[in-house]
Amino acid sequence: MQLEYFQMIDAVAGFDRAGQTIDARATVPMESPIFEGHFPGHPIMPGVLLIETMAQASGYLVLALNRFTRMPFLAGVKEGKLRTFVEPGAVLDITANLVHDGSGFAVTSARIATAGKKLCDASLTFRTMDFPKPEFATMMRAQAERIGLDWETE
Amino acid sequence: MSSTFEQVAAIISETSEIPLEEITPESHAIEDLGIDSLDFLDIVFAIDKSFGIKIPLETWTEEVNKGLATAEDYFVLDKLCERIDELVAAKA
Repeated sequence: MQLEYFQMIDAVAGFDRAGQTIDARATVPMESPIFEGHFPGHPIMPGVLLIETMAQASGYLVLALNRFTRMPFLAGVKEGKLRTFVEPGAVLDITANLVHDGSGFAVTSARIATAGKKLCDASLTFRTMDFPKPEFATMMRAQAERIGLDWETE
Repeated sequence: MSSTFEQVAAIISETSEIPLEEITPESHAIEDLGIDSLDFLDIVFAIDKSFGIKIPLETWTEEVNKGLATAEDYFVLDKLCERIDELVAAKA
């Protein structure tokens, strides 16, 4: 994870087009300016960044399913539950699955666990829109390649 | 079995916290009921699930924006319910 750059996903462990699911991994860094404020002397991963991590895994899932033709933008968070504290160094297993592919929107269910223990989960809604410019799509494909998302295979 | 309108009204009431008695077939979802775009997505999601359809929201919006249809054609509830019934019939 590079928290300051909002790169929350380190690697994709699996993408299942038929099952409409994605599994991803991320390790919370030991040090980050974010921990200097949250909280001084007692670093804890901010809950909003855990939500963002689930959103990014879900976003890559939606992108892979639509073959990077439309960009998902987070629009809603429901039933977000932050079940326990997450400290620097934690290895996160992130899973997301598509709940609904609507017209101009998508709904996912996402969760994060560490060592088999559930940390958090949420239902997320995305608006899906044309990329505002081609460079944006190119950048997202590059990010997908960085994390090893193989979206071109069946 | 409840009518399409009854199901849609129940979904709107639950999603947008609008009292059921305030929702009529003549209600305009946006102008009369004040449903915003995000709540409307939640409503469409619930309708899609309940009726097993996919409301072509983007197509409708494009038609309204291009002047090919009026907002009333899709967002007044009795009209919306007609569209839903058509989508359900087309699926069968």
